[in-house]
Amino acid sequence: MLYTALSTLFSHWRHHTGQLAALVMGLALATALWSGVQAINAEARDSYAEAAATLGQDRLSRLTGPNGGDVPLADYIALRRSGYLVSPVISGELRLGEARLRLLGIDPLTAPPEADPPALQDETLDLAAFFTNPGLILMTEETAGGPLPPGLPEIVISDTIPPSAAITDIGTASRLLGQTDPSYLLIAPSQPVGLPPLALATDLHLQPPDSAADIGRLTDSFHLNLTAFGLLSFAVGLFIVHAAIGLAFEQRRATVRTLRALGLPLRTILISFGVELAGLALFSGLIGLILGYAIAAALMPGVAGTLRGLYGAQIPGTLGFDPIWALSALGMTLAGAALAGAQALRRTAALPLLAPANPRAWATASGRAMRRQALVALLLFGAAIGLALWGGSLLSGFATLAALLVGAALILPATLGLILRLASKSVAGALGQWLFADTRQQLPGLSLALMALLLALAANIGVSTMVGSFRGTFVGWLDQRLAAELYVTVADSDEALRLRAFLGDRVDAILPIASVERPLAGRPGEVFGQADHPTFRENWPLLQAQPNAWDDLAAGEGVLINEQLARFADLDLGDALTLAPALTLPIVGVYSDYGNPAAQAILGLNRFTDMFPDAPQTRFALRLPPADVAGLATALREDFGLPTEAVVNQTQIKRFSLQVFEQTFRITGALNVLTLGVAAFALLTSLLTLAGMRLPQLAPVWALGLTRAQLARFELARSLILAALTFVLALPVGLCLAWVLLAVVNVEAFGWRLPMSIFPADWLRLFLLALGAAALAAALPAWRLARMPPTTLLKVFAHER
Amino acid sequence: MNVRVLAICLVGWAGPIWAQGFAGLGTAADGFAMPERPATFSFPQDHGAHPAYRIEWWYLTATLTGPDGTEFGAQWTLFRSALAPREAVGWEAPQLWMGHAGLTTPEAHFSAERLARGGIGQAGATADPFVAWVDDWQMVATDAGAADALDALQVTARGADFAYALDLAATGPLVFHGDGGYSVKSGEGQASYYYSQPFYTVTGTISLPEGDIPVTGNAWLDREWSSQPLSEQQEGWDWVSLQFDDGARMMGFSLRQTDGTAYTAATWIGADGVTESYPDGALVMTPLARSEVAGRMVPTEWRVELADQGLDITTTPLNEQSWMDVSVSYWEGPIRMTGTHAGRGYLEMTGYE
Repeated sequence: MLYTALSTLFSHWRHHTGQLAALVMGLALATALWSGVQAINAEARDSYAEAAATLGQDRLSRLTGPNGGDVPLADYIALRRSGYLVSPVISGELRLGEARLRLLGIDPLTAPPEADPPALQDETLDLAAFFTNPGLILMTEETAGGPLPPGLPEIVISDTIPPSAAITDIGTASRLLGQTDPSYLLIAPSQPVGLPPLALATDLHLQPPDSAADIGRLTDSFHLNLTAFGLLSFAVGLFIVHAAIGLAFEQRRATVRTLRALGLPLRTILISFGVELAGLALFSGLIGLILGYAIAAALMPGVAGTLRGLYGAQIPGTLGFDPIWALSALGMTLAGAALAGAQALRRTAALPLLAPANPRAWATASGRAMRRQALVALLLFGAAIGLALWGGSLLSGFATLAALLVGAALILPATLGLILRLASKSVAGALGQWLFADTRQQLPGLSLALMALLLALAANIGVSTMVGSFRGTFVGWLDQRLAAELYVTVADSDEALRLRAFLGDRVDAILPIASVERPLAGRPGEVFGQADHPTFRENWPLLQAQPNAWDDLAAGEGVLINEQLARFADLDLGDALTLAPALTLPIVGVYSDYGNPAAQAILGLNRFTDMFPDAPQTRFALRLPPADVAGLATALREDFGLPTEAVVNQTQIKRFSLQVFEQTFRITGALNVLTLGVAAFALLTSLLTLAGMRLPQLAPVWALGLTRAQLARFELARSLILAALTFVLALPVGLCLAWVLLAVVNVEAFGWRLPMSIFPADWLRLFLLALGAAALAAALPAWRLARMPPTTLLKVFAHER
Repeated sequence: MNVRVLAICLVGWAGPIWAQGFAGLGTAADGFAMPERPATFSFPQDHGAHPAYRIEWWYLTATLTGPDGTEFGAQWTLFRSALAPREAVGWEAPQLWMGHAGLTTPEAHFSAERLARGGIGQAGATADPFVAWVDDWQMVATDAGAADALDALQVTARGADFAYALDLAATGPLVFHGDGGYSVKSGEGQASYYYSQPFYTVTGTISLPEGDIPVTGNAWLDREWSSQPLSEQQEGWDWVSLQFDDGARMMGFSLRQTDGTAYTAATWIGADGVTESYPDGALVMTPLARSEVAGRMVPTEWRVELADQGLDITTTPLNEQSWMDVSVSYWEGPIRMTGTHAGRGYLEMTGYE
């Protein structure tokens, strides 16, 4: 019996292949966008964990030379011979032209278990060869494929090594890098009994563990962003599915009625619907998985670039396949399909045996639903305002966004209904009045698709406003911040002296940039020493400052801090900041510092040098006439002998920074376009659904003398009106969205707040895009109507009961 | 680094004692020197390292007693394993070193391990002045004027939860096993150079979690080096060093073979230091009782017979759980004996998987 029911119900799809395609595509798209984003997130997280595990950097303290430099070999041996469990690492970069390789030479004999590189636990690795000249070098296939410096020993492929890095024995690294002294020592967390504390036993600089959690925390906001987009896409995809299932339900009403009249139990029919839906969901889910994987693989290099540029997090630009990911995505598809089909199933269950089709009655019933929705929407708006004002965390920022978007979507039908009612009053002529009344009549059927369109449009406006605001601010800020023409890095203080002599009067000013890593207000941070020079006084981007800030800074009586530090530690002008145990200064200014996740403070150079005499002064900003920049850069490289990358000009840095920036938002842009596409598709399926049901309303108008072509034009016009109205409503929602992103989410995620700029030209473009999408979606139903055989319209009267 | 993998790699070459059924290594082709008969020694040079040989060790076991009569045992071992038959300076030196330290009480057994590479000063063994060390563990000659460099030593080691410092003074001469120090390890002719200083008296301090305890006792130092692996048929070994109350000593080992038989050898050392070596078959070692140790059954009670010397004793451990929980784990701890002779000693058992 079940089989008969199933085959009867399923025969419907044979006659409506387009509808089947819509359903499958909706589910597949929803799955694809969601699973794609999830795949990207999972891949990135795995990479962080891997990078952290490379040398247990997240868990182990280190010893470095006094200036962060190498540890003399004799010091290492002395520590070992005193009983301390420390393990040497020689690290460095091998370069030849384009080819670069970060080399980590470890000593597996002394490495603490926490620093186990997983690659070395592979029992197939020939350890004797690893230890013996010429040694082995471990890297990923991707790294091995890139340009590599010459002279490397035999390469062993291991997928647990971070990108563009290689692990080898310390002996091999020592030979390749030409360095005998360890770069640093890793300290085993548990030391033998009866030894004095390590800090008392050595003059080396003890450096607490790098917190990988920091990278995790920083990039979390990025991944949360992606997840939010994924969910949005999934929701929009479900609108399509809902429309397609609703259509199929409407069209199979008669079949169901017949089946039940023939004696088939309702239960069997419901089970058949369930089985059918589950089967379709599984099939579509699989297609979606393939698509999702393709999307993720296509976006991955961009994501990798973003994370690298923005946070310095190294992740590979390639994608692995994780079965758990696939299963969870399929589960999500099934759950989504169940949600989308629930209404249809409920209606089937409640269907009276001999109910007539009565769209108008359905619309009236929906009026109540609309009012209920509007009420919920108002509550959500209240919640959004509350969260925005008093939330204070990244999560509440996203909750604000969610409340805002869902509220806007829910209130849309009621608002559109109101506007249409008001509009119909001001329209003269029967035809105009009919057009508006008929549009209102269709609202319940189209509302879900319009909600999807609203969400997509609002997200588009919001995100592009945010990106545009960010871009404008960022570019202006780069110009201020990178005021010097040339930036030069030398190897040590001897070379710095020679550099000063070499530069002589070729430049207008030599401005040293010195820095030390210091905890600031309990958070890892950096303190800079900055010379007193008009370059800074005139250009430095201060957000707030005391009137004599620059004089105080020069005199060493005040400190400038970045916006991130001010926000996170809740510091204000005049508050005291401790830079070192013996140095606490009042804050005289706050500057914007985009793109830097860490806390930062600036001290007058003289005071800085007094406080941190060991800090190397090896970086310099040079002021000189722009016309001389190229010549001096060449001279520094060729005559003075600095490596190419040690001399950077301002335009290069700006270009690189902008590249990072563009990269960051390329993914956002791609997802935006995809969401809008999905929304247009939802509109198309809804219109197709309605087309069949609307004949009884169109036939009388046709009978009154309107041609089919006219009717088709009206259909098109109606879609355009609805899309235009939806856009108008989406605009304030989008701007609110942008405001929340800029003023709430950004502050929480990055620690900076951006001024909001608006871009009406973008809106116009989007408006046209929305109209285009609506026109495209309405084209097929309208075309069908124009070509409809008159007999079909006549049949309406024949079937009239 | 998976230390276990590394240690297997290290002791893969470790010849007679460690390698269990290790095979396939070339011998002469690798360029390592081979033990030759007759054995000739030259001291103090031979107390130091022999980088031309694949494997070598300095192996000290001590039976100790506290002021209240409580018995203890201490072990200090330095292994050298060469990846290539040469010495070098710097990170790429092909000599690897492994230290093991053990401390046994009636209730507990402590163990620790250190790994190091040669060439940078972290570990090594020099003959004159004599010192063998890895990290802060060392065995160092304390009397420059002694007849033999090993006559007076200080031995120290430290683990996560224990430490000891022992002063050793020899009361007898060095003794040579097998054929004048050429010790055969199988019927197929695998052999090593092997001599001992079994006549140490000990004073020192052991540090336990409960506190420091002064101790006195006896100690036995083994020196052995070779380049050859165990025979393919040998899966592990049981070794004893015995100090009888009458002043005599005995060293004996039984190499267990896959066919169920054993290859044995023994050296009887008179109180005056005069030795007699016994070929395969003279010594009989029979396991009597097994205990569950670290999840496996290990024979902790033995019957040891050497008919030629009228020896027939049963040994019992101070602590059945004397398990060296290091990369390649094994049983090593102090024993007592009953039977024809009275005294104390040390038992080592390897290859019980």
